[in-house]
Amino acid sequence: MSYFLDPCIPLGNIDGAWERIQKSLPYISLGNKNKLQIVVVGGGLAGASAAATLAEQGFPVKLITYNDSPRRAHSVAAQGGINAAKKIREDDCDGVNELFVDTVRGGDFRAREASCRRLAEISSSIIDQCVNQGVPFARDYDGLLSTRRFGGALVSRTFYARGQTGQQLLYGAYQSLMRQVGSRRVELLPRRDVIEFINLNGVIRGVVTRNLLNGQLEVFQAHAVILATGGYSNVYFLSTNSIKSNASAVWRAHKQGAFFANPSLTQIHPTCIPVGGEYQSKLTLMSESLRNDGRIWLPRRSHDIRDPSEISESERDYFLERLYPSYGNLVPRDVASRRAKELCDQGFGVGNDGRSVYLDLRDAIQKKGAQEIKAKYGNLIEMYERIVGEDPMTMPMRIYPAPHYTMGGLWVDYNLMSTLPGLFVLGEANCTVHGANRLGANALLQCLADGYFIGPCSIHSWLEGHTFSISSHEMDQACQDALENTKKRIDDLINVQGEIPVDIFHRALGEIMINRCGITRNESGLLAGLEEIKLLKQKFHHQVRIPIEINCPNPELEKALRVADFLELAQLMLSDALSRKESCGAHFREEYQTPEGETMRDDENYAHIAAWEYVPGSEPIKHLENLSFSLLKPNKRSYQ
Amino acid sequence: MKKISLVFRIWRQKSQLSKGQFVEYTLKDLSTNLSLLEALDKLNEELILNGDRPINFDHDCREGICGSCGFLVNGQPHGPKDATTICQLYLRNFKDHTTLTLEPLQTKTFPVIQDLVVDRSSLDRLIMSGGFCSDDVGKAPDANFFKVNQTDAFSSFQTATCIGCGACIASCRNASASLFVAAKLAHLGQLPQGQLLRSKRASQMKHQMLSEGFGSCSNNLDCEAACPKEISANWISWMNREDD
Repeated sequence: MSYFLDPCIPLGNIDGAWERIQKSLPYISLGNKNKLQIVVVGGGLAGASAAATLAEQGFPVKLITYNDSPRRAHSVAAQGGINAAKKIREDDCDGVNELFVDTVRGGDFRAREASCRRLAEISSSIIDQCVNQGVPFARDYDGLLSTRRFGGALVSRTFYARGQTGQQLLYGAYQSLMRQVGSRRVELLPRRDVIEFINLNGVIRGVVTRNLLNGQLEVFQAHAVILATGGYSNVYFLSTNSIKSNASAVWRAHKQGAFFANPSLTQIHPTCIPVGGEYQSKLTLMSESLRNDGRIWLPRRSHDIRDPSEISESERDYFLERLYPSYGNLVPRDVASRRAKELCDQGFGVGNDGRSVYLDLRDAIQKKGAQEIKAKYGNLIEMYERIVGEDPMTMPMRIYPAPHYTMGGLWVDYNLMSTLPGLFVLGEANCTVHGANRLGANALLQCLADGYFIGPCSIHSWLEGHTFSISSHEMDQACQDALENTKKRIDDLINVQGEIPVDIFHRALGEIMINRCGITRNESGLLAGLEEIKLLKQKFHHQVRIPIEINCPNPELEKALRVADFLELAQLMLSDALSRKESCGAHFREEYQTPEGETMRDDENYAHIAAWEYVPGSEPIKHLENLSFSLLKPNKRSYQ
Repeated sequence: MKKISLVFRIWRQKSQLSKGQFVEYTLKDLSTNLSLLEALDKLNEELILNGDRPINFDHDCREGICGSCGFLVNGQPHGPKDATTICQLYLRNFKDHTTLTLEPLQTKTFPVIQDLVVDRSSLDRLIMSGGFCSDDVGKAPDANFFKVNQTDAFSSFQTATCIGCGACIASCRNASASLFVAAKLAHLGQLPQGQLLRSKRASQMKHQMLSEGFGSCSNNLDCEAACPKEISANWISWMNREDD
């Protein structure tokens, strides 16, 4: 059964709506701000920037992270750049409207139009903010900010700091955060996992954490909780995410009543270092920016095992340039991923197991010189060389698509509040602006827009109505219940004492997910995946082995708690993919494609965000947020 | 695919309060395409199957950028390969039947938590003491208000790439944090936005170094040799002139 959701989009013209909202926000006096406790979970781009900004406004903030320092958050690994509609020179043909259009089109008309508009409107201020913090963006010869072009866009609007843009943006946010920690306006709580929420009569009033050093369960009460915990691509085991990236906080929130939106919409990034063998623990992304200079090709002859240097120009198939003349190698990620997989499936792939395509810098090196290419992509070239043992300056890189960014996440309204009052969700953990596919270089933009500007503003409306004290007998009882639930979950896992380590289950889960809900999906595969996961989940809860000691660091217990959540989330991902009977963006259902092999969207029946409600012991209920487009008419995505 | 056998001599210590010791493990038929951390994953799987406590080591991105990983391999932070973090150290860099001694980054400013994991929160406190620009959100001027020439922007960027792994401190016989602090001062001090607090920042961060118990720099250059991001020790001389 489906029910309809209200996203609280402001009335009137969406152009400039955010500015109108900001002007109407309530005023909270400094005296009252001091009494309102905010808990931020996650110290990445969205979490650190939100915590620093809220503290600057005068709110006491607690920041919880499982890392030993917020500087380690996975945002640090983002490579390519950040989009912004910022005119550098008068003759720039880019602007707010162009970024808005590319974002909505990139998301294949499955993103909320008003949120995309706001993102584009805010984007320029983000660059100003970051530069002011000391982010050393690349500069042109005349000292102005430099940009480059990313996939899905026809203009150059991506600001960058070599191949380490995420690192530099994160350090900017981290430094602002540490300034507030030093001023005692933020309490930093590192090495803690959030594993339950304090739910008082349907309102979120805090979190329960496990201290990863001594195993103690701790309670942190709050007037509002902000989740900025990133994506859940590690459900695939091998992904580009950090090893510890997880879905636990969002999944526990979901089980408390927060709706989970579009869980199956996962971006499979086309340019990753391919799987090298058993025990490989992760896949490393090679920034999409390489596609500015790198040309993607495969041999025209199938099963061609010759060295790439022996394959002449006429024997090479630059398949993206052939199929998509205007975007070429910079077609969106889902398109590039699918074309690579198809050709590898047909036997044209290269590498040991035929599951790679070439990303070749040869022509760019000849044209621009090795020096310039190294200056542009130096760290990526070194990274590839270390992992694979080959030099991309002398032979083409081998790449293959890998699970990367999750467009789905907890459903939030225009104010970034979930369906659980008092719980706000920022960055990759929510589902707002990316739709079925993410425009290249828009992830960092969304995290910082949510963290610096949107979250710290929109939270005022909620806080204004909740300035009262949250300590009460009822609250004590809610904390006690949450603690007991958490303790039981941990004891149940520890007491299994089976014979199989957690990683073996995680690998098995990843294999099911990539086969059944990966680059392409179909009905029979998704149904089979549901059965496979049901069995795996049973086996996990009967046979997992975790070292018993819980009052000291126990990384196996941390992993087991996360994998238990991933197993449940995987079932929801498969159900969501099954129920969306169309192909849109990264969600490619084989049954719904054009004769040319492109996605076939069904705007009549599926122009919505599917938000799932957890029902204990029963099937989840699907709610719909219908999408309408006032500034842009949905049209077929074409990158010809 | 090439395979090798390795002997791992690993520091095992249950907690800060318990005594530690080296324990030897042998792993056979390891693909040289594995990273050192993946070899430890494999070893841990065997330990769990045998009912033993797995080895605890810090790690996360495994792309050489988050700065989580870092221990000594045969006495060298991040191991023998230049400009490389532990997670980017692959077994193809080692010969068959080599013994690898793995031990935590050793300095009193990084107390051992368990096995190869140490507490590096002192680095956060150094940043907290002044390693930032101090404008609040929403008050920034246009990003192109100050022009920055390419040389300065790139030089600032190169010092900003410090990942805070602590290798420079663990490699220094005085446990000096000079390279870490110099990198941050140089990152911000080379940009127009960092000028306002430049002198104050230097003085506060230097003061914090002393309070945390880091030693003085004695120009051994071990920090530069250990830095996985190749940050030059010349920046320490630059730093020394900063708050004059």
